[in-house]
Amino acid sequence: MLIVAMCLVSIYFLVPRTVKIPTRGKDGVLRTDTVRRIPLRKGLDLQGGMYLELAPDLSKQTLTPDKMTDAVKRAVETVRNRVDAMGVSETSVQTAGATSDKIVVQIPGIQDPARAAKLVEEQAFLQFLIVDKAQALERSLSRLDDAVKQAGAVVAAAPTTETPAAQTTGLENLLRQQDTGKKADTGKGGKGGSKAAGGRKDSLAKAKDSAAADTTKPTNGAFSSLINQGSMPGEYFVANDKGPLLLHYLDLAQVKAAFPPGKAMYPGRDTIQRGGIWYRPFYVVDANPILTGAALTDAKPNTNPTKGTVVEFTLSNADGRRFRVQTGKHVGDYMAIVLDGLVIGQPPVIQEAIGTSGEITLGGRDISVAQDLALVLRAGALPVPLRIVNERTIGPSLGQDSIDKGVRAGILALGLVVVIMIGYYRFSGMLAVGGLALYVLFTAATLAGFDAVLTLPGLAGFVLSIGIAVDANVLIFERIREEMDRGKTPRTSIDEGFTHAMPAIIDSNVSTILTAAVLYQYGTGPVRGFAVTLIAGIVASLVTSIFVVRTFYLLWLNRTRGAQTLSI
Amino acid sequence: MTTIAFIVVGLSVLVVKHPRFSIEFTGGTTIQIQFDKAPDVAAVRSAAADAGYPEAVVTRFGSPLDYTISAQPHSSANGPSRIDSTRVQIEAMLHRRFGDTTHVRVLDSQFVGSTVGDELASNAIKAILISFIVTLIYLWIRFEWRFGLAATCATMHDILTTLAFISIMRLEVSLTVVAAILTVIGYSLNDTIIIFDRVRENLKKQRKESLRDVLNRSINETLPRSILTHATAFAATLALLIFAGAIIRPFAWVMAFGIFTGTFSSVYVAGAILLWIEAKWPRQLSTDRRPASRQGAAGKSSAPRVREAGD
Repeated sequence: MLIVAMCLVSIYFLVPRTVKIPTRGKDGVLRTDTVRRIPLRKGLDLQGGMYLELAPDLSKQTLTPDKMTDAVKRAVETVRNRVDAMGVSETSVQTAGATSDKIVVQIPGIQDPARAAKLVEEQAFLQFLIVDKAQALERSLSRLDDAVKQAGAVVAAAPTTETPAAQTTGLENLLRQQDTGKKADTGKGGKGGSKAAGGRKDSLAKAKDSAAADTTKPTNGAFSSLINQGSMPGEYFVANDKGPLLLHYLDLAQVKAAFPPGKAMYPGRDTIQRGGIWYRPFYVVDANPILTGAALTDAKPNTNPTKGTVVEFTLSNADGRRFRVQTGKHVGDYMAIVLDGLVIGQPPVIQEAIGTSGEITLGGRDISVAQDLALVLRAGALPVPLRIVNERTIGPSLGQDSIDKGVRAGILALGLVVVIMIGYYRFSGMLAVGGLALYVLFTAATLAGFDAVLTLPGLAGFVLSIGIAVDANVLIFERIREEMDRGKTPRTSIDEGFTHAMPAIIDSNVSTILTAAVLYQYGTGPVRGFAVTLIAGIVASLVTSIFVVRTFYLLWLNRTRGAQTLSI
Repeated sequence: MTTIAFIVVGLSVLVVKHPRFSIEFTGGTTIQIQFDKAPDVAAVRSAAADAGYPEAVVTRFGSPLDYTISAQPHSSANGPSRIDSTRVQIEAMLHRRFGDTTHVRVLDSQFVGSTVGDELASNAIKAILISFIVTLIYLWIRFEWRFGLAATCATMHDILTTLAFISIMRLEVSLTVVAAILTVIGYSLNDTIIIFDRVRENLKKQRKESLRDVLNRSINETLPRSILTHATAFAATLALLIFAGAIIRPFAWVMAFGIFTGTFSSVYVAGAILLWIEAKWPRQLSTDRRPASRQGAAGKSSAPRVREAGD
């Protein structure tokens, strides 16, 4: 008996130690490079920050599952690079979803959705598109006008739902302004990225007012009145301040239906001046790219005495061959280089078949522009455009508030449980409370040890588990009481009590762990945190009630040899 | 009987008025805002409407200073937009109406795309079903199938009453509430298992008693444990309800009710169903616990009346 007691005591001393060591160790490690802190990682909902879920935008193209997996994998790398560039620690970028087709981004400490979204979404989505020479747009102009008129009726009937609401809201803030600009642009699959000149934002702002006015009273031939023939086939000049309006029209479902099939229209990145008026060129191109940025293996800036600043790019061999075939077919055609939905420069004529290397001519622009472009092309050419499907932004004050409330609830729960246990079981209750204190320690240690993330539902689960943790103790105590009632000595009663309560404890806890495991498998974010704390709590409660409390008992029995009564 | 009535009322409420699903399932944007002084709800509502979201739902969230605004993104017909501007628009309008960030602050915002919402909803249903099947399999391995089936029926009862409770309380069904339902399942099973475990043990020991008596005795023997465990679990839930704030409150409500109904079902429903199953499919004589089974079966047939739930 004494040997058993000794064994149990040693187990008791072993168990807390093996659990506690990682806590200390981790804390020590952390202390060396960062400030001292609790080794528990807080979830975004407790420390504030952004949670983003990105998914490939398949509205412009379809991908086979194989290509999709590859594209998402590459996109993760790209997004990670960009998030890292924000200089925030403890960010996380990983795939999620049943087919791993989503990218989950977690950035603690950032509350500005516009900024983070911009950073994560900055596309550098590069396409090479053949400019239409067959005047496809001219032939369907009347249909497009009708479409706008039709849509215009809808606009007039329900202005609040059809007009991009951005146009009616405040423009005070530059960020917001940019955002509204993006909204207008998104229809064409791109957005006015930060590459756009600052002046463009101002013109956009002005344009919005006129655009709002125009949408409410549509004119006849709304579409055709906007565009003027440009200086080359497939090029159309649109008065600079009417650009956003045209983009809005292009975004309308009716216009999309009436648009020449297989063609798309992209705005140019740079404006040009003709006769004192600033125009933005628009280009009608084949919707299917002959090449996308996915094929790019390298890009570097250069200056060329005749062409000015250029970005030289290299393609993989396979894509280079494909590109040579494609460009060979289109010799004499114009090729638009579209970056994030904006046509860069005036599309050059394809002189001859281009192979594995080519260049984007930027003309007289500064070399830094070429450097930036080369950088995004190299590090950031996304194989597929992404869009945000889930976004959560939590302010830091809310997180702290949640922690405070959670801790307060935990203390109250602990207090109530202590009162109930001691009130009902007296001495044994105190042993259980001692076990409970260790339980709280173990659970925290387990969470820290497994580097689990503590979320708000997790905190709630923890508080809840305090109430449930004593269950095993209760089961055992009840059993001991029964045995005592049958006239057995405390020592045998305790032994019997533990043995008999065991199957019930195992069965009931295994079933709860199974439920929690399912929850972990199918839950996302905060709910996963809940499942993790629940599992950690159950395991810790098993350890404390079976080993720790039992050891307490044995210690007590050894100290008071031959005790005939047990306060339970 | 009362629970059946409760379930019927609750589920009819569920059918007549659809449950409030959080935007995690429906897709859309929810913004949690805090004012420096209690605002007029109508003014908040009109601000949301003027921002272009007349259908936005404005609700008070905990204290009189905290509100949430939920809205669906519009012009979704125009193809998927890459980012959600709902928050930005509403926030701008709020600042215009109520002043800068010292007067009104956005504490938390969430946007969920509609496809993701569908996925989350189907995942939630899958999670509940799978946890059901998994625990059922475990029970059938550990106990015999009669016990497993009875425990499952009792748990089913808990899910139905909890759903009824959610619909009657008009709680918003969010992922956290689904987590609470799953926890209730685990908790209630836990409780049922402990009683059944005692039944199993007593059946081995007391061979002369009928199952009905064994069941009755087992429930009585485990009653102190049930009461005490529920007291402590309920105390923890109560602490959450009082202190943990508005975000956790729906979770705490569901848990509080779940603890109640879980106890009820394991004490009354599970036993009654087990008796009913025994009456319908008496134990086979070929089991290894032959003498016990025969006695049990004999005792059973002499007591065909089954205790009803809630008597």
